[in-house]
Amino acid sequence: MAEKKVTLNVYRGDSEGGKLQSYEVETYPGMVVLDAIHDIQAKQEPTLAVRWNCKAGRCGSCSAEINGRPSLMCMTRMTKFSEGEPITVTPMRSFPIIKDLVTDVSFNFEMAKKIPPFKPTPRQADGTHRMQQEDIDRIQEFRKCIECFLCQNVCHVIRDHKKTNFAGPRFMIYLAGLDMHPLDTLDRHELVKDEFKIGLCNITKCCTEVCPEHIHITDNGIIPLKERVADDYYDPVRWLLRKVGGGKKKEKAELPAAADPLNKTAAATPQAKQKDGG
Amino acid sequence: MSSSSSSSSTSASDKYETREHDVLVIGAGGAGLRAAIEASAEGQSVGLVCKSLLGKAHTVMAEGGVAAALGYVEPKDNWKVHFRDTMKGGRYLNQWRMAQLHATEAPDRVKELEEWGALFDRTPDGRILQRNFGGHKYPRLAHVGDRTGLEMIRTLQQHGIHCGMQVYMECTVTRLLVDRAATGDRIRGAFGYWRENGRFVLFRAKAVVLATGGIGRAFRINSNSWECTGDGQALAYLAGAELMDMEFMQFHPTGMVWPPSVRGTLITEGVRGEGGTLRNKDGKRIMFGYIPELYANETATAEDEADAWLRSTGVNLVGGSGQGGGASPKRTPDLLPRDIVARAIYGEVKAGRGSPHGGVFLDIHSRRSSEDILRKLPAMYHQFKELGDVDITKEPMEVGPTAHYTMGGIKVDPETQESRIAGLFAAGECAAGMHGANRLGGNSLSDLLVFGRIAGLHAAKYAKGHAEAAIDAGEIDEAMKEALAPFDRAEGPNPFLLHEDLKDKMQTYVGIIRNEGDLKKGLAELERLKEAASRVKVDGNRHYNASWHQAIDMRNMLVVSEAMARGALLRTESRGAHAREDFPEMDKGHFSKVNVVARGTATGMEVAEVAHPDPPPEIQAVLDEKE
Repeated sequence: MAEKKVTLNVYRGDSEGGKLQSYEVETYPGMVVLDAIHDIQAKQEPTLAVRWNCKAGRCGSCSAEINGRPSLMCMTRMTKFSEGEPITVTPMRSFPIIKDLVTDVSFNFEMAKKIPPFKPTPRQADGTHRMQQEDIDRIQEFRKCIECFLCQNVCHVIRDHKKTNFAGPRFMIYLAGLDMHPLDTLDRHELVKDEFKIGLCNITKCCTEVCPEHIHITDNGIIPLKERVADDYYDPVRWLLRKVGGGKKKEKAELPAAADPLNKTAAATPQAKQKDGG
Repeated sequence: MSSSSSSSSTSASDKYETREHDVLVIGAGGAGLRAAIEASAEGQSVGLVCKSLLGKAHTVMAEGGVAAALGYVEPKDNWKVHFRDTMKGGRYLNQWRMAQLHATEAPDRVKELEEWGALFDRTPDGRILQRNFGGHKYPRLAHVGDRTGLEMIRTLQQHGIHCGMQVYMECTVTRLLVDRAATGDRIRGAFGYWRENGRFVLFRAKAVVLATGGIGRAFRINSNSWECTGDGQALAYLAGAELMDMEFMQFHPTGMVWPPSVRGTLITEGVRGEGGTLRNKDGKRIMFGYIPELYANETATAEDEADAWLRSTGVNLVGGSGQGGGASPKRTPDLLPRDIVARAIYGEVKAGRGSPHGGVFLDIHSRRSSEDILRKLPAMYHQFKELGDVDITKEPMEVGPTAHYTMGGIKVDPETQESRIAGLFAAGECAAGMHGANRLGGNSLSDLLVFGRIAGLHAAKYAKGHAEAAIDAGEIDEAMKEALAPFDRAEGPNPFLLHEDLKDKMQTYVGIIRNEGDLKKGLAELERLKEAASRVKVDGNRHYNASWHQAIDMRNMLVVSEAMARGALLRTESRGAHAREDFPEMDKGHFSKVNVVARGTATGMEVAEVAHPDPPPEIQAVLDEKE
């Protein structure tokens, strides 16, 4: 792990366009790509834009593409690259670029607002909710999600087909988690099918491959959710039961009332001002 | 001569946009989100300002759990025990009323999270599981493996976005706007800019809640994320509020020490809660040699006694001692409060008994099965595997103290969380009083929930009772000029390098062990840095400009650092997290009866002692109660 110099090719640009620029940095033990980016920022290029928070793989802010692979910069060790191998860092390709390595991920925050939130059963007489650990293990896996949006970035429905009405893997596991929650009382299946378009996923599992939390997004989340929705709509017995209004305990969920889109700087959308605003 | 920058920056007469809310919450971690939820529930128009994206605040990194006397694992637990533990951990310098509110309300706040979708780990009978933590008499921390903070922030976020609040992401507040009326100072709003394009925004608000977190980034070795630069404390101080207890900076005993890239990154106390133990280079368990008198009656003095206690609370140790006997009432010294453990590690290293990279060893691999480690501490496993090349199911971790949490902050009214500026509230780490001289692990997440709610509630009440008022245009103009000044300089120091300089000086002179000479040198260095920061120069334009942001952060960190150093110099004793080698004893007299506050004057920062409120007899009786 002796110190040596390596070259990084970093994307510099904005919505108007940009190009790769090369920077030389000195490595040190344990160094990750985000350290290298910070080193460039501090010593060579103070205007280099990068989004980060925790530098410990917990917050999911520093998502980018490293040699084309969607990754967290803070969890990618410099020792991963062999001597002389070029290291190229580019922003996530599926989201509009803001500047350099920073992209506009507001699509995800707007999608989150469309999902009807958790609505639990009443508490038991002693004031508790009782759930067995084995019944929540599978949902806890989905709740490890750090919202890095690398799965959204790599999902070809979003990336190549520009299907922005598809909720994407991140929200499919959120929906699956709500559906499997032992206490939840809402039936979101119709929304999962018609609004969030689960049918568009054809299970290429790219999302699972890039997940830094190693969540089995497809196998444990999307496929079971597809089956649950399919059972409702395509299983003849369930279909009949639904038609006659029986066999369902959960209340049908509606899309939440339209709210102002999250954030989005008013400078970019001046018309989005609060009604009561000045 | 500054042609390149004047074309890219914009003059102060440039326009700003205006947003208006009843309640503006600045900071979107646990406390900010909880405050915003409460103020929204009160029917107020709420704006929530995030320095980063929503859901990325430092709360996300909290690991071990949220302390609440639910009594699910140990039925003997109740608010009184939690209150006593908290006051003792804080060496009785806590505001008793805040510690009482916290202990009584924390269980409801945790249950409420469950109501909003949080999935805590379960007991065999299906209730919320609670784990041991330092300074807590009973297993008390509701948790989700070692990612409790993530569960909490995601739950609050998923609930909050449906409560009607307006969320403003990647927006930095640079100044609070205050009306200096004859009847007293009163909040009017806040001024800041959008990171994305650098344009200015004025928030008009009847009430403001600060929930901006801590100041760990002022230290070389720290566990904190990018955001923890003391913004709320500095904004409040510059607006005329007081800071209190700033000398108490918590150094978490277990940060990573190797490799350098991750030095300081947190290792949860949950490792020790799950049976992990600290050893020196000779393999000896170190904590038996560092049991202070205050904790002598309740702490095990031998390995089998400590291990028997762990087993009796449900920790499934493999091998080890303490298997024969019955339950031990005496806790393992590995779970003494953080200040004690951090200084023990410091002592071992100083005595030459440390690990190769200047820490000690934290051993879980010999104490728990691999399966248990992977299930209870999955994030720790991955963190060491991916960043440190260490397999914690097979090898010990190397750990050492890391700047983690500030007990001090904005001085607030214990009932309402209001500062001395009317309508300005503070909650969470940026507020002072709850934790006294030292915070117990797990009491932070509960603090965020309890006092976030209280601040949101009282901010809403305040907003309902007060009309909007005009904001002085001159004040806005000043704020714009101040923010843009770094662009207009032809030359000046690089803000990133200044920050590196500050981290080294704070670590060296205001660190874990202090003395008068160091603190004075530290203050002189801070004067130098303040002068340099006033000349700082940034390049480029206002579009997502990290160096511009760093320049503003520097102002905030310097204010808070100075308050820490001045408070530390004034308090000539050792108490909790504040350790003076020239005054090693805890003062049972004078300093047990005062808190130190910092406030701005025409000539600079002044520190003064204020009387520490004594609890009323019925609360003193709770403290004196023997179980």
